[in-house]
Amino acid sequence: MSRTYLDYLNEKAMPHMWCPGCGNGNILKALLAAFAALDLDPRKTVVVTGIGCWGKADDYVTTNAVHGTHGRALALATGIKAYRPDLTVVALMGDGDCATIGGNHFIHAARRNVGITAVVANNHNYGMTGGQFSATTPAGSRTSTSPYGHAEEAFDLCELARAAGANYVARTTVCHYRQMEKLITEALAGEGFSLVEVMTPCPTYFGRLNRRGGPPEMWRSLKEEPGLRTGCLVKASRPSFEARYAEIQKAARAMTGEERDPDAR
Amino acid sequence: MSPVVFMQGNEAVVEGALAAGARFYAGYPITPSSEIAELASRRLPAVGGVYLQMEDEIASIGAVIGASLAGAKAFTATSGPGFSLMQENIGLAVMLEVPCVVVNVMRSGPSTGLATKPAQADVMQARWGTHGDHPAVALAPWSVQECFSLTVAAFNAAERLRTPVFLLSDEIIGRMREGVTLPEPGSLELVERPAPTGPAAEYRPYRPGPDGVPPLAAFGGPYVFHATSSMHDEMGVSANDAATAASVISRLVAKSRFALDFLPGPEVVRSAETGRGCRPGEPVLLVAFGSSARSARQVMLDHPDHPMTLFRPRCLWPFPEKELSALLADHGAVVVAEMNTGQLLLEVERVAAGRVPVAAALRSDGEIITPEQIWETVREVARRPRPAAQALGWKEGGR
Repeated sequence: MSRTYLDYLNEKAMPHMWCPGCGNGNILKALLAAFAALDLDPRKTVVVTGIGCWGKADDYVTTNAVHGTHGRALALATGIKAYRPDLTVVALMGDGDCATIGGNHFIHAARRNVGITAVVANNHNYGMTGGQFSATTPAGSRTSTSPYGHAEEAFDLCELARAAGANYVARTTVCHYRQMEKLITEALAGEGFSLVEVMTPCPTYFGRLNRRGGPPEMWRSLKEEPGLRTGCLVKASRPSFEARYAEIQKAARAMTGEERDPDAR
Repeated sequence: MSPVVFMQGNEAVVEGALAAGARFYAGYPITPSSEIAELASRRLPAVGGVYLQMEDEIASIGAVIGASLAGAKAFTATSGPGFSLMQENIGLAVMLEVPCVVVNVMRSGPSTGLATKPAQADVMQARWGTHGDHPAVALAPWSVQECFSLTVAAFNAAERLRTPVFLLSDEIIGRMREGVTLPEPGSLELVERPAPTGPAAEYRPYRPGPDGVPPLAAFGGPYVFHATSSMHDEMGVSANDAATAASVISRLVAKSRFALDFLPGPEVVRSAETGRGCRPGEPVLLVAFGSSARSARQVMLDHPDHPMTLFRPRCLWPFPEKELSALLADHGAVVVAEMNTGQLLLEVERVAAGRVPVAAALRSDGEIITPEQIWETVREVARRPRPAAQALGWKEGGR
């Protein structure tokens, strides 16, 4: 009997806390549908979240879940995956969580190529705290802490992950549900670090402060945003950290099995 | 017979951790703790464990917490600057109730400070470093042997209490070499975290067990569970109401008191009480831990005609106040010796509460406190008058 996304949805926690017009609910459905497509065992699946709007998603899943500290989801996820490589480990973060306070962990998780699927909801600002600018806020944009326009450039998260060495990098938007579900499924099925960046509107803050209209206008313009590269951008097959570390464990055992001092050459 | 080996304090920490069952380490190199990382990187993979070197100390303890949730006995080691970075996720471990051991080989600060020199100035940070009300458990070895045994005790306490436990070593203890008796494998008493029993559907990861500590499942096992850094109910689901918050905080904080039941107690060493005291019949009570306690012990050996008692807490937090309080009536004065500007001193003064004079031999220039400095303080405090107990409203033996 195969599972559906509803098997992974904690319906007791509904309705969710996200604002009208937010895309997080769509990402959640795509994520849980991807779980179902791969028939993941909830006991063997761990969802790790940090802090932020999308970081509340752990409340809505029936798999194992841990809601940690702001920016540190990937650190926790790395510990889980390194100790239990057989588990499916997913990190759910927003742009503030992943790219800003957690930016260092993000590039190192990608470089380490540890088998974590990061699903990052990018809405260009900190929604939870009232719409301040993040590391993905476009230059010139107005936010609650850039009232005259933003003086900094934004990260391109996918380029960052590619440069750092992630095996799988993809971008989609909440307006492209089927693509989103397919990319998350691919990311979960692969080895090594994978990033799926999902562009999603924040009508409550970013949209309002930048006069982008209401939810319908924001969703329409996101769907038709010129120059936004979506789809799978990187698909590599470097060995994952776990695979490499298993070799190290084997080598260490062999050396000590021979009662050789590892320092002896 | 157990073998006696010559070993460095930091190495003994790793051996103790392995003997306690640790199979996961994540850390970031920092003087004077790096030997712990180096030995962990060599030993852990050979026993099927994992060594991770993370991008910073924030990530290091994050990974330790993750691995512990996945069932590992896990630890990290650092020194002051790294311990500062870890404070955020130490609070996370407290809130998630995740066992782990954090070794702080203390060096002189603040900031980069005297990076290669010893200090004992993180005593209060160990108690209060992370924000919010929380329990704190910190052990302090004074020998290489105790680097081994107190590391085992730290793991046992962490697993039993489901909380982070600190080992406050220092540059002297961590870097010196002494003979160590390594117990035979299997001879150590090891504690495992309380495990859930019963049907998976009924598992409540934050329902307190008989001693207040909830049973902890491991990710990947038969029990599916949710853990959150936010205030939460017994299911580990966010809950904002005052009654839940009050009960969770009081239960977490009570772990410190519960820990006193099984943590290593203070060592009390009395000199032969034949000689002349500072005042007849009133020996001086020396209070010191870690490397400073070695100097304090030397004072007693150097001056055998002067009765002194060494009170050496092996567990700094919770502070063994009952044991200290019981000794005060028999002593004319207290001398606290520590490599900081007076941290454990505050705790001793609180317990003494004016019953006896309390003096301090302090040092925070990166050099060890000498027995001579402590002896000078002993002589100085002996000249002070003892406060009248009645005037302070004290009843002997009661606080």
